[in-house]
Amino acid sequence: MKRWIALFVLIALPLRAEVDITPVTSPSGLEAWLVEERSIPFVSLELIFEGGATLDSDDQAGAVNLMTALLGEGAGDMDAQGFAMRSEELATRLRFDAGRDTVSVSVRFLTENADEVIEHLRLALTEPRFDEDAIARVRAQILAQLRRDALEPNSIASREFARAAFGTHPYGRESNGTAETVAALDRDALVAAHAGAIARDRVFIGAAGDISPEDLGRLLDRLFDGIPDIGAPQVGRAEFLAEPGIEIRPFDGPQSVVAFGHAGIARDDPEFLTAFVVNEIFGGGRFGTRLMQSLRTERGLTYGIGAFLSSGNLGESYQGRLSTDNANVEQVIELLRGEWNRMAREGVTQEELERIQTYLTGAYPLRFDGNGSIASIMASMQYQGFDIDYVNIRNALIEDLTLEEVNSVARRLYDPEALFFVIVGQPVGVN
Amino acid sequence: MFLRYIALAAATTVALMQPLAAEPVTHTQLDNGLDVVVIEDRRAPVVVHMVWYRVGAADEPPLQSGIAHFLEHLMFKGTDTLAPGEFSAIVEANGGRDNAFTSWDYTGYFQRVASDRLELMMEMEADRMQNLAFTDAEWLPERDVILEERGQVLESRVGAQFNEAMMAALFKAHPYGTPIIGWRHEMETLDDDMAMEFYERHYGPNNAILIIAGDVDTDDAIALAQKHYGAIPANENIAEVARPSEPPHLAERRLVFEDARVGTPYVSRMYLVPPRRPGDASEAAALQMLASLLGGSSSTSVLERRLNFDEGIALSAWAGYNGMMRDYGMFSVGVAPVDDVSLPDAEAAMDRVIAEFLEDGVDPEQFERVRRQIRASEIFALDDTQGRARQFGVGLSIGLSVEDVQGWIAALDAVTPEDVILAGERLLDRRASVTGFLTRPQDAELSQ
Repeated sequence: MKRWIALFVLIALPLRAEVDITPVTSPSGLEAWLVEERSIPFVSLELIFEGGATLDSDDQAGAVNLMTALLGEGAGDMDAQGFAMRSEELATRLRFDAGRDTVSVSVRFLTENADEVIEHLRLALTEPRFDEDAIARVRAQILAQLRRDALEPNSIASREFARAAFGTHPYGRESNGTAETVAALDRDALVAAHAGAIARDRVFIGAAGDISPEDLGRLLDRLFDGIPDIGAPQVGRAEFLAEPGIEIRPFDGPQSVVAFGHAGIARDDPEFLTAFVVNEIFGGGRFGTRLMQSLRTERGLTYGIGAFLSSGNLGESYQGRLSTDNANVEQVIELLRGEWNRMAREGVTQEELERIQTYLTGAYPLRFDGNGSIASIMASMQYQGFDIDYVNIRNALIEDLTLEEVNSVARRLYDPEALFFVIVGQPVGVN
Repeated sequence: MFLRYIALAAATTVALMQPLAAEPVTHTQLDNGLDVVVIEDRRAPVVVHMVWYRVGAADEPPLQSGIAHFLEHLMFKGTDTLAPGEFSAIVEANGGRDNAFTSWDYTGYFQRVASDRLELMMEMEADRMQNLAFTDAEWLPERDVILEERGQVLESRVGAQFNEAMMAALFKAHPYGTPIIGWRHEMETLDDDMAMEFYERHYGPNNAILIIAGDVDTDDAIALAQKHYGAIPANENIAEVARPSEPPHLAERRLVFEDARVGTPYVSRMYLVPPRRPGDASEAAALQMLASLLGGSSSTSVLERRLNFDEGIALSAWAGYNGMMRDYGMFSVGVAPVDDVSLPDAEAAMDRVIAEFLEDGVDPEQFERVRRQIRASEIFALDDTQGRARQFGVGLSIGLSVEDVQGWIAALDAVTPEDVILAGERLLDRRASVTGFLTRPQDAELSQ
């Protein structure tokens, strides 16, 4: 044992993410962060358009999602087949994803045909066709997805938690819409959703790979030629409304899914990073957290349990998830309340803090893992409002945290009396 | 417009045909039989360290299904000198991530860490290659964990249960028909002695592959491997487990899996086909090209284009080939029909489209697009060091050589349209297949 302890002490070296970010401003004024990496002849580009499904009206919920799914289904003079064939000829991969808060576009292209790919992507973003046959085909796929979600306990738990947490705010409904609203969407609704969601005033751009700042700026200006300056107005904030207690959704299966949590901490709160560190000790997605130790390692009650700060653009919550046999649910809830109490009353120990500091600072450089992830992080950091030098100071911010600061935030974040549970399953002994 | 595309396409092809800089991969073997593969990628100060054992769920003794995977969990429970959970705790304290995985043919352990922590990872991994030790307080709750895992990832997912039933029907004798995680009633009886016996029979340098990928100097990495793994004596207990092989398949199998939790019914067919063979990838490469043409794209592949776009029968349709297995490969096709099309009709349409494809031959333009994407994927793969490390790990685990793994793109490139049709005609034999319907019971109500 001694050998290992010695090693343990030796390795607490500070690590810095070796990421050299170049801010790029295109001739027309578009801003992007670029990480040049010239050793492999391709580029990853990520665009994040702020707004996403929150821009939908209630009776057209799912419009942004269906619209986004149709961006790769025909553009300019190409129908869906023609567009897909052209993507294959160019050996590029375009991905369009609609989320609750954003529409994101990820593209990967070989250096040798960058111009052609950018023109191809420009057509998708500025001249999507929304052909009736494509609408019908993709709509049927989304309706099938909604039917699957309605029968999937994790999806049910997330949906019910969001509904209780955020009520009638767009955060309280499903981003993909409902069977009724999706069935009712027509081409006009999609054209309007497109005009509202894809605009210059809400875009954040990241790039990584084999391209110079000058070439990137030039390509971006071509890409955005035809994208409107201003999109639909963003909606207001969402307040956390769920009352403490337990909500049960009966579901036939061997296990229950338990979603739990309460109000969270805003992304731009000065204490957000500290809260993030506290949660990493408590329930971050690793083996060594308090929740994993207590429920998995010591008691074998679950395969995995995690907690996360769900801090969105317009509102926030603090949540966790696990699956467990129906017979275990009562014990699990008791244990969760106990862990919550312990955190609120005692906070974390100096040893826990030091360990998480070493882990988080050591793990940070590992995130910058290839062009695709780097481009995505570059866009995401701007969307979340970080300064460009954050990458270089982030580890120092974590290393400087004191036990007093951390435990003051733990007292603020953890409120055992406020815990709200959604249980999807046939839990034994829970009312 | 049309002319311009043709010209561009030609230019793209030419450029992609140029050989890439040789990827720096080195393979050697230590005296104790440990295979060592080093992949240099100096772009970021990160390294992936993996140990793969050439043993998996297909090597389990009777009545002990799931023991390979249970042992994988117990490998984190300590050694003679390391406390339970300390392995992962040390990796975490070093800012690394670690995990493990079990398949039918292999069991793997890996860490991803800053490259200056490589030696520590080696020291710990070499330690648990020979000194595993745990007590009742560790293994008893861990058995509950694997039962919860089965509950969560298999029994709560109707598609996974369906797949389990399909595999059990496809393999009549070979253990690929037994789920990797194990049958629940056998998992409940697994214990520490069984796990230790499996460990002592199968774990050791002479049954393992070490892969180091990332920011390392190859010579330094091999010297470190020699230092930490080279001292471990070969395990004399290790002998390859003889696995049952499949008898002739004379009758196709069919099953209907009904469950009220099915959201989208679909039909799935699995064929028993050859896997990737050492030294000659041509058959596997033809099957892979066949799968790519039939189902490799969600819009332009033959099944999607015909059944979804042209005929409106399918919500989606797919095809896939898994040849990265030691004894048998699997070729699968399937269709999720739209609401008003039945599963028997969807199956008939799927078979008709495949038959027509084999009759009419390959569309040369589609063939060229698929080839172009395969060549480009070689460039994109250079960005994913961990993915490449995994390819070598799987390949060497199932008996391929480093050259076999590196030659895969060239093997795909050498496939002709005629090879594809021939593979489809000769290797997709209905008698060696299982066809399953995943569907809701007729009287089930949607709980919405």
